[in-house]
Amino acid sequence: MSTTSTKDHAELAGQFNADEQRVDWHDETLWWIRQKRDKAVNQFPEWELLRETGSKIKEHTLSNLGNYLEAFEANALANGITVHWAADAKEHNQIVHGIIKKHGVNRMVKSKSMLTEECHLNEYLAENGIEVIDSDLGERIVQLAKEPPSHIVLPCIHKKKEEIGDLFHEHLGTPAGVSDPQILAETARQHLREVFLTRKIALTGVNFAVAETGEFVVCTNEGNADMGAHLSEVHIASMGIEKIIPKREHLGVFLRLLTRSATGQPITTYSSHYKKPRPGQEMHIVIVDNGRSVQLGRKDFRNSLKCIRCGACMNTCPVYRRSGGHSYHNAISGPIGSILAPNLDMEKYADLPFASTLCGSCSNVCPVKIDIHDQLYKWRQVIVKAGYTTKTKSAGMKLMQWTLSSPGIYHAAGKAGRMVMKYAPFAVNNALNPWYKQRDMPKPPAQSFDEWYKKNRGKK
Amino acid sequence: MSTRGGILSAIRANQPELTVLPDVEPLKAYANKENLLAQFTTIATNIGAKIYEAKNLAEVKSVIQNNFGADVKIISTISELSDIADTKEYLNDLPVQLADVELTILQSDLAVAENSAIWITEDQMGQRVLPFITQHLAIIVNAKNIVATMHDAYSSIGITTQGFGAFIAGPSKTADIEQSLVIGAHGPRSMSLFLLTGD
Ligand code: SF4
Repeated sequence: MSTTSTKDHAELAGQFNADEQRVDWHDETLWWIRQKRDKAVNQFPEWELLRETGSKIKEHTLSNLGNYLEAFEANALANGITVHWAADAKEHNQIVHGIIKKHGVNRMVKSKSMLTEECHLNEYLAENGIEVIDSDLGERIVQLAKEPPSHIVLPCIHKKKEEIGDLFHEHLGTPAGVSDPQILAETARQHLREVFLTRKIALTGVNFAVAETGEFVVCTNEGNADMGAHLSEVHIASMGIEKIIPKREHLGVFLRLLTRSATGQPITTYSSHYKKPRPGQEMHIVIVDNGRSVQLGRKDFRNSLKCIRCGACMNTCPVYRRSGGHSYHNAISGPIGSILAPNLDMEKYADLPFASTLCGSCSNVCPVKIDIHDQLYKWRQVIVKAGYTTKTKSAGMKLMQWTLSSPGIYHAAGKAGRMVMKYAPFAVNNALNPWYKQRDMPKPPAQSFDEWYKKNRGKK
Repeated sequence: MSTRGGILSAIRANQPELTVLPDVEPLKAYANKENLLAQFTTIATNIGAKIYEAKNLAEVKSVIQNNFGADVKIISTISELSDIADTKEYLNDLPVQLADVELTILQSDLAVAENSAIWITEDQMGQRVLPFITQHLAIIVNAKNIVATMHDAYSSIGITTQGFGAFIAGPSKTADIEQSLVIGAHGPRSMSLFLLTGD
């Protein structure tokens, strides 16, 4: 992680592109997941109303967030949960560490939580002598590989099974050369069961926190959050302030949207509603700001706080699919990560809003209708105005070169390119686009062969 | 200022003008209420659950006895199953002591056709960890209790005061290794659903 932080998206994408077969596989697999999403959502005539409702519920919540957070806190306290507030990553990590210290233990099991990735909790606790084991299979795999997750829903989508087999051979004692997913998953099951049974403290993320009831909902397919939480004596749940929804009935909307958008599944295997600690158990919620209240004040970007972390914008993004999650050098990658990251550190992440073709596919699939590509476009202007142009220039130029030299991207971006040129010439022929000045821009075809074929194949 | 006060005042200073909370009621009108049992069964089968239609508990019992030996640990919250399952002792166990349970049989009052999820409350679980730690899970639900969508499900649940509840849909699974589906991640390796069609 630290070694990649000085490189920008284009350089890191270049590294990922060194292995062409892997890039093709990555690209096709994510597109296949995108298609599963389409198949799932097309069954519902009310899908657009569902998205609109989800988006409006989130909009309303953000417009009354202070009151909803206070209501959530009051209800959670009444339910016997201890509530903590953390202004930033450091305070979050200190609170979690404090709870662990109080119980005199030096290890913890954790289920998926992008917030703790954002806060670099594992590193912080390791420095303080506390071992954390990630229990989601994909997260365990990247943890063994000493890498961050490359996708918010599919943490090790960049890894081939043979590499996972090698990691398991080294760390979990499977025979060399074994790469059968069935055998590897069974090995992880046995290994992590032992972990669940022996850890006093479990940390989980939060998908939704309900103001009306003070409960929080955690969604997994593997059952790892529940195994950790119900076997623990102390359950810590970390959540960003934007996880709040007003009422329990709103879960109906978001649980319908979440997994269909993510993977095309009708619902996760487990949607667990935690309201009170079990008798004898301690339950803590850590409510984290870490820049979110600032984003709330940025009119053009506040909608990014509606995100329910489904990953659909990544699966559909032609740049993400061919550059990999690690090229975004941020805990949250892809189109949404490129909006969230500059809010935290505009200079460090100045390159990310340029890692996009602005094709708009992300905005089309987003279950809460975030105007993702518009926000990326707006960030570009903010970043240039703020004077981070050196990085911008190189990032913009490299993305263009890379897009044009990569047939896969150009193909996927062709439609977008045409749209951008037609409706927003500024986006291509302007000061932000140094490449344009120096070279002849190949004209995007009026109609790509693919589209032409689709349109005409029915005709004789 | 405390951290809490600081966060809340920053939020209040930055949050936009109040907008209207939309109604979820209109979404209910789209529900397909035709043949909920068939909808439910199709989706449950697709996500790897095994479906049995049974007229009564005696039929459930015989399916279980055909599938599980007499020597494995079976736990149930249903007192009528006390001849094939532990329906009492396990309540005194610590959660970690339930690690060797082979089969858990629970009852639910609510199933959802659109995604084949089953709603189970803490009371119906006996112990919270049971539906997760068990190697195999069986759930009995009356076919009359299938509702069309999640909107109907939450209308029916209301705001229960229970400390824990979960929607469970199928056996635990993962596709984290090259997107190959593996059934039996950390929770149950199988899920059997008994749909009571009798009374
Ligand atoms: S921005 Fe939208 S599509 Fe992307 S992860 Fe968030 S909710 Fe999903």
